[in-house]
Amino acid sequence: MNAEPQQRSFTAGADPASRARPKGAARSGRLSRPLLGIAGLLVLLALWWLGTDVLAAPGSFARRFSPASGFASLGGLLLHSDLPIHVYVSLQRIFIGLGFALAIGVPLGLAVGTFGTLEAATTPAFQFLRMISPLSWMPLAVMVFGVGDRPIYFLLAFASVWPILLSTAAGVRQLDPRWLLLARSLAATRWEMLSRVILPGVTGHILTGVRLAIGILWIVLVPCEMLGVSAGLGYFILDTRDRLAYSELMAMVLLIGVLGFALDALARALCRRWA
Amino acid sequence: MSVPVLSAEGIALSYPGAPGPVLEGFDLAIRPGEVVAILGPSGAGKSSLLRVLGGLQRPSAGAVRMGGTVLEDVHPRLAVAFQDPCLLPWLTLEANVAFGLNFKRQPPVSPTERRSRVDAAIAEVGLGHARHLPPSALSGGMAQRTALARCLARKPEVLLLDEPFGALDEVTRAEMQDLLLKVVADFGTAALLVTHDIDEALLVADRVVLIGGAPARQVASWTLDLPRPRRDEVVTLGALRIDILKALRGAVRRN
Repeated sequence: MNAEPQQRSFTAGADPASRARPKGAARSGRLSRPLLGIAGLLVLLALWWLGTDVLAAPGSFARRFSPASGFASLGGLLLHSDLPIHVYVSLQRIFIGLGFALAIGVPLGLAVGTFGTLEAATTPAFQFLRMISPLSWMPLAVMVFGVGDRPIYFLLAFASVWPILLSTAAGVRQLDPRWLLLARSLAATRWEMLSRVILPGVTGHILTGVRLAIGILWIVLVPCEMLGVSAGLGYFILDTRDRLAYSELMAMVLLIGVLGFALDALARALCRRWA
Repeated sequence: MSVPVLSAEGIALSYPGAPGPVLEGFDLAIRPGEVVAILGPSGAGKSSLLRVLGGLQRPSAGAVRMGGTVLEDVHPRLAVAFQDPCLLPWLTLEANVAFGLNFKRQPPVSPTERRSRVDAAIAEVGLGHARHLPPSALSGGMAQRTALARCLARKPEVLLLDEPFGALDEVTRAEMQDLLLKVVADFGTAALLVTHDIDEALLVADRVVLIGGAPARQVASWTLDLPRPRRDEVVTLGALRIDILKALRGAVRRN
């Protein structure tokens, strides 16, 4: 009786050893992924440096955009200028725009996903509006909303409402009909159906929409801020150009990239937490 | 004979657009605490019947009565367990069991009472250790136990079960069948179990009702006045089993 389990444990002991190599390879693969990503970023930095510091002729215009002076300016700007305030203003606009997009896109998406006729009636119109660059509304937005933050909120909301609306509608269509049947068997009211089953059921889809929306918002924000406002990252970029502060301009480009990266990471973390 | 807790009289059901009615002239009465198994070939209309009995589907003719009053809609003392455990993935096991207890159209239950009911239901199905787990962490059997606990938390007079153990492996299935009998005994609940498995019907039911034909109606019924547990009494049940199997084959042919 005793011999057999022992024998089994022997083969079982041998097995993991033979499997250890691919397991180790997988672990090093998991480790090297971020390392590879960092290497890619370093290559990008090297290319930048090559373009501005090595290939460009000494004393040429391109030399003013070098990474060394860009990073130095970024440090200086963050510590000794009002740049943090501009960053704050821009991020605030992003979240207000996103708030409007959610307030409009989620209810509309729920309705479109629920009623087939509404979906058929609105899909071509939404696709049409979605494909118009939000920036092309800019003159109109300024005429309607005046100069200031309000046209920016409008443009940001208009740009980011589509992914939220479309993913919410897709989420509703993919709801498990058995969940609805269950709620019905428990005599759920319409409101309970919505708040206890439908909304939690589509939250994953809404978050996917939010992630796409943040990507669009961040891209649209900077050009939006180049018109009629006196704060924000877009304004600051134009300001550096006007002051001929080229190293600061490159610092701004860097900062916009870093902040966008961080926002996307945040959105991805949100999606992952729910999933 | 005591007053039936749930009864169906002359139930007919036809879906708009379907060629013929699914059910016609269906009668059934379930007494308090009785376990009835509805047996029938696949596609015979068993699930449709269960939806009608559960108030989820209005019959085209006839009436379902719960304690004498005609059932117009779902009823708080009538709990339905579906083929699939149907747990909400964003809620823990515990919250899934409590789901629906505080709905507006359910009888009002105080938070303390709600908690004690949920605790009792979870304890009854033996899942106290897993109460904070999400459904994704539960095995098929645990999920089905959770679904059963969700029904029990409502203190139902009648449990309607639509092939609830169909997707489980043999051992888990046997456990669930035993659990169902324990629950029915502990809570004094009547149960109607839809199944296509003769052995399951023989193991748990006080009465086996065979439905078949198109439209489906009651073809035959057997009363099983046998002590439980019956798991080891396959020999004594053999003749009955053959009898039911013959009738079931007949029903399939008629389909």
